[in-house]
Amino acid sequence: MTMSLSLLATAVVLCAVGGILMLSRPLTRILLGAVIAGNGINLLVLSSTGSAGAAPLLYGVPLRRITDPLPQAIALTAIVITLATTAFLLAMAYRSYQLTGTDEVHDDLEDRRIFLRAEVLGERAELREEYRAEPGRSRKDRARYRQEHRRLRARLRADRALQARGRDAGGDLWHDVLGADPEDYVNDKDDDRGAAG
Amino acid sequence: MNALVPLPVLLPLCATGLSLAFGTRLARFQRFISVAVLSAVLCLSVILMIAVDRQGPLSVHLGDFAPPLGITLVADRLSGLMLTVSSAVTLSVLVYSLGQGMADRDKETPVAVFHPAYLILVAGVSLTFIAGDLVNLYVGFEIMLVASFVLLTLGGTGPRIRSGSTYVIISLFSSMLFLTAIAMTYAAAGTANFAQLAVRLPDLPLGVQTLVQAMLLTVFAIKAAVFPLAAWLPDSYPTAPAPVTAVFAGLLTKVGIYCMLRIETLLFPGNRLGDLLMAVALASMIVGILGAVAQTDLKRLFSFTLISHIGYMVFGIGLATREAYGGAIFYVAHHITVQTTLFLVAGLIERRGGTNELTRLGGLARSAPLLAVLFFLPAMNFAGIPPLSGFIGKLGLMRAGVADGSVWAWILVAGATVTSLLTLYVMAKIWNLAFWRTEPPGQTAYGTVLETADDSDSGDADTGPDRIPGTGDEGVGPAPAPAGRPVAATLQGQAVTTTIRPPAAMTAATAGAVVLGLAFTLLAGPLTAYTDRAAAELMERRPYVEEVLGR
Repeated sequence: MTMSLSLLATAVVLCAVGGILMLSRPLTRILLGAVIAGNGINLLVLSSTGSAGAAPLLYGVPLRRITDPLPQAIALTAIVITLATTAFLLAMAYRSYQLTGTDEVHDDLEDRRIFLRAEVLGERAELREEYRAEPGRSRKDRARYRQEHRRLRARLRADRALQARGRDAGGDLWHDVLGADPEDYVNDKDDDRGAAG
Repeated sequence: MNALVPLPVLLPLCATGLSLAFGTRLARFQRFISVAVLSAVLCLSVILMIAVDRQGPLSVHLGDFAPPLGITLVADRLSGLMLTVSSAVTLSVLVYSLGQGMADRDKETPVAVFHPAYLILVAGVSLTFIAGDLVNLYVGFEIMLVASFVLLTLGGTGPRIRSGSTYVIISLFSSMLFLTAIAMTYAAAGTANFAQLAVRLPDLPLGVQTLVQAMLLTVFAIKAAVFPLAAWLPDSYPTAPAPVTAVFAGLLTKVGIYCMLRIETLLFPGNRLGDLLMAVALASMIVGILGAVAQTDLKRLFSFTLISHIGYMVFGIGLATREAYGGAIFYVAHHITVQTTLFLVAGLIERRGGTNELTRLGGLARSAPLLAVLFFLPAMNFAGIPPLSGFIGKLGLMRAGVADGSVWAWILVAGATVTSLLTLYVMAKIWNLAFWRTEPPGQTAYGTVLETADDSDSGDADTGPDRIPGTGDEGVGPAPAPAGRPVAATLQGQAVTTTIRPPAAMTAATAGAVVLGLAFTLLAGPLTAYTDRAAAELMERRPYVEEVLGR
């Protein structure tokens, strides 16, 4: 089977461009990438006909010389489907923009949660060290400590509000994995769960 | 009889039109259409299954075009079984969602969109099961995917859009890969029809064959969420509404498994990539179940067990003996039912306890005994406790592994046993946390507000280690709420479900799914005989090819 080199080269370039665009974060870029890569793949489908021939009409053209119509039908189907998914992606990008002010795809929930938790817990431990190290604890210090604490909690809360019903675990690894009993909750108020978790 | 073959696709598609036309005005009529059509599809599927079992595969060439040009639909024993199980499951999930929709306010869950999208999803799934060529399979996938995009982002809330975008992008990518694979297949063999490919592919050079096989397997592995390609699943499924997650978890991944079964038997017999399949099956099982062990969110946990148990089916496909295929087919049927049931139960637990977070649940065995039974049966079934169908499926696969006797097979048998035990551990963990222990102090009472947008520190008695009120960890004390009054609250514009008694339709649908799972145990004899015959038919290949290409 002979193949058109220009068709193949164009397909390769389009797929490469589309692939690079699809690896970026904003949904609109991903959308453009999907459209471009989709076109590239349609060209690949077309190039599987082999060398070009006459138009695939039933009458007036000798059957031997016409191009294979089946890949054209496949490509046509793919174009229609790409149209539908493009419309959906556009709507989704716009909705995402409406909700968050940006159309970027955010990180995986778990990843972000683990990262944020580690960061907040680290900061809190530092804060606590600092607070305990101070010799005389004035009223002002206490107020400042409380305020800082509240700020850190607000960060965790904001994160929680973002993820609809997916709530945060308690923070104590032991309890989160094995589960805690009510007595444990009562006993646990004394020891430092934040630093342990 | 042949005329019956396209109906499982046609009926839901036609009903979608009706549903869209009447949807906004006659909500009751819309519900009636959906239930009636899915019941009809279930009856049809059962008839088809019996028919193909008696007289071999049935095929239809739409428009009477000969195979390479026209659209071919084929039903054999495997597709008959898949159609039956899938339509039974979709029907029960539909009833469940009707119950939920009637209890919640219909205006907020856009039922007008839900029903047409759901019917299209069913049509797409049915089409993939009876597609007789690669292009048609691709179209079936796309129908299913576009419907699933709509269902996954139902309501368009922030979290659903976020997790939906991951799903959409992965789906788009796998579709592109699939189309490339089709182009390669067509360029190499000059046809996309399964029966013709089965005849022509063996003549091609080995490298080309392996390339096409690897491409197709990759595509289906993404769909089926086999381990290295499964990271999208636990991220995107849990945020959707409970019935949607249930039907996705039950059906969409198994569509991938079905396609793997089909191409591994019909197009590429000889099992060249068997070792690779077994390796990814092992990784899938172990990584999936370890992920489940670490989770405390019920829906996420079930998503991980889903990945883990996909490994069992891939194990069967990788072994590629008649017993293994039979075991894998049985396991697919069992797993569709049980996984869907578990997600439905998770939805019920969320309604009853107010959350899916296991650390905040407790005491459900006493306060909701029926729910406890509804969870316990499928959970034990899933873990593979002897009389239940999970055990029969696993036993079939392990026997096939032992009979095969190669090193890989033995490793997989050991891995499957460990996974099974860990599944039991995970199920016991859920049982202990959500049902058996006494309620934790944070447990929401019956009919209270679950979450409010209130962000103040007032009323937070938790002093933390430094004895200053408001600096401890949160979530220990009860949420500030008007005492005992049922209130419909919103969080950032999102409706919050209050803990009210689940509607009868939801409980009934879940119970129906549980009973279906138990029926596999009761009818295990006929069913294993059927799956064995289906595997034999798959291995033989001749009936399928002859039916399509004519004798």
